[in-house]
Amino acid sequence: MTLQTIGRRRRPGTRTIAWRAVAYVALIAMSATILLPLGWMLTTALKPDFAPVFTPTPQWFPTTDWEWNNFARALLDPARPFWRYTLNTVFIVTMNIVGTAFARLRFRGRETLFAILIITMLIPWQALLIPQFLLFYNLGWYGTMLPLIVPSFFGNAFFIFLIRQYIRSIPVELELAARIDGCNQWQVFRHIVLPLIRPVLMVCAVFVFLDSWNDLLGPLVYLIRDEDFTVAIGIANMVTSREPHLNLLMAANLIMMIPATLLYFLAQKQLVGGIASVGLKG
Amino acid sequence: MAVFTVGPIIGSLVISFTDWNLLSEPGWVGLDNYARLATDPEFINAVNVTVTYVIFGVPIFQVTGLLVALLLNLVLPGMRIFRTIMFLPTVLSGVAVAVLWQQLLSSEGAVNQILRMLPGWAIPAVIVIGVWGVGAGAIIYLAGLQNVPPQLYEQATIDGAGPIRTFFAITLPMLTPTLLFTVLTGIIGAFQVFDMAFILGGPKGGVGGSLSFYLLYVWGQAFGNGRLGYASALSWVFVIACAVVVILILRTADRWVFDESESR
Repeated sequence: MTLQTIGRRRRPGTRTIAWRAVAYVALIAMSATILLPLGWMLTTALKPDFAPVFTPTPQWFPTTDWEWNNFARALLDPARPFWRYTLNTVFIVTMNIVGTAFARLRFRGRETLFAILIITMLIPWQALLIPQFLLFYNLGWYGTMLPLIVPSFFGNAFFIFLIRQYIRSIPVELELAARIDGCNQWQVFRHIVLPLIRPVLMVCAVFVFLDSWNDLLGPLVYLIRDEDFTVAIGIANMVTSREPHLNLLMAANLIMMIPATLLYFLAQKQLVGGIASVGLKG
Repeated sequence: MAVFTVGPIIGSLVISFTDWNLLSEPGWVGLDNYARLATDPEFINAVNVTVTYVIFGVPIFQVTGLLVALLLNLVLPGMRIFRTIMFLPTVLSGVAVAVLWQQLLSSEGAVNQILRMLPGWAIPAVIVIGVWGVGAGAIIYLAGLQNVPPQLYEQATIDGAGPIRTFFAITLPMLTPTLLFTVLTGIIGAFQVFDMAFILGGPKGGVGGSLSFYLLYVWGQAFGNGRLGYASALSWVFVIACAVVVILILRTADRWVFDESESR
């Protein structure tokens, strides 16, 4: 780290201060490019229906308009019932997390399946989209939420891989000590392994949440009835409709962003650590 | 597990040799689907769009991701806040981000004024949006940067190396394993653009197919036109192309990736 090295020098001269100023300018500029579009979105979401969205000088947050009930309107709009979409999405997400948890517990100790798992990880899901569709179609699940939920009960190869790597890093001595104290296999798992792997389980739960909350292609392929739609499809349909109300569109969009953002702030440490460790262990 | 992956993968290959659409009985057509690719202008367009995006997008994302990570790795007061802000787009859904940017890029939108100067704005626009969300790559680089032993920097300072020399002699070589990973995942991710193309260009991939990314085309063939056989062939071509690119990169990896176990 070049700049860091300079920052660490014992005598903080004018050069150090200049470097720091440059760094802060760059950091603030970067943060602005992230935050300004989000602020613009909130501004737009709070505008009354016929207010011009695109003004000669872009308006950033905060402005004079505070139509908070746009959010309620976006949620309750009878043509596009986003409250329903939100409930649907929450349902699918919850079932996915539950399913992943189940798969975790069932997996333990099944080393023989591991080779197959690694192979399935290498197969891109694109190759599976059509045959999976046919499988669910023949099961009569097309048009229901089942294809979006059931697979996660059988585990996701990537998460199993992640958790397995983590379990392997637990010292065998711990397990042996518990054995000597009279624990059976289940008790070892319950009292030793489970508490220790909690961080990686958190990471998986967060990823499952984000993946299913943000998923567009899956719902797009399998869901046909309006009352089953997820937030992602609802927004996509809103975009393609003839005259989208931009303020409501942006309100709906914010509704979609809020849970992920909240989760991000709550689980930031695990999430960043998770992405980083996944990255390094490949 | 096997039911949902291994079975379908074999099924997919078999279907790609048929002319199956959901309405009729599948008939065996051998390699016809694959032969048809060469004369399908929409396929060639989708390949063009996707490859252009990969060739221009991936290097831009790598460089900006690394620069952002270098900045975020500085030891400065308030850095936690900057890191939090930079990683925020990572968790936001592709749909939500695409909708936001669609408005910013619309003909009256602020960003479009700048982009309109570029010919063929569609792919540059997707790249700009990608750069906005470059924080995900930056997290991985940041983890890589923090794994570089500090002694190496101290040694370099003692030896009188300047900041640029230190970067190219120490930081960059030590980062090559991370680089290999981010390049691979970056390329695979760039091949798989879907949400962005769907929102910005609609199901048909924009005006004149300028946003007809490969996966969007596969999806349209399979679920828009119901041509499951042809779409399966498209998927397999995609899978094989991705595999070839990944293997090529891995083949060259031992020439440019620093391996710690070798140096000891």
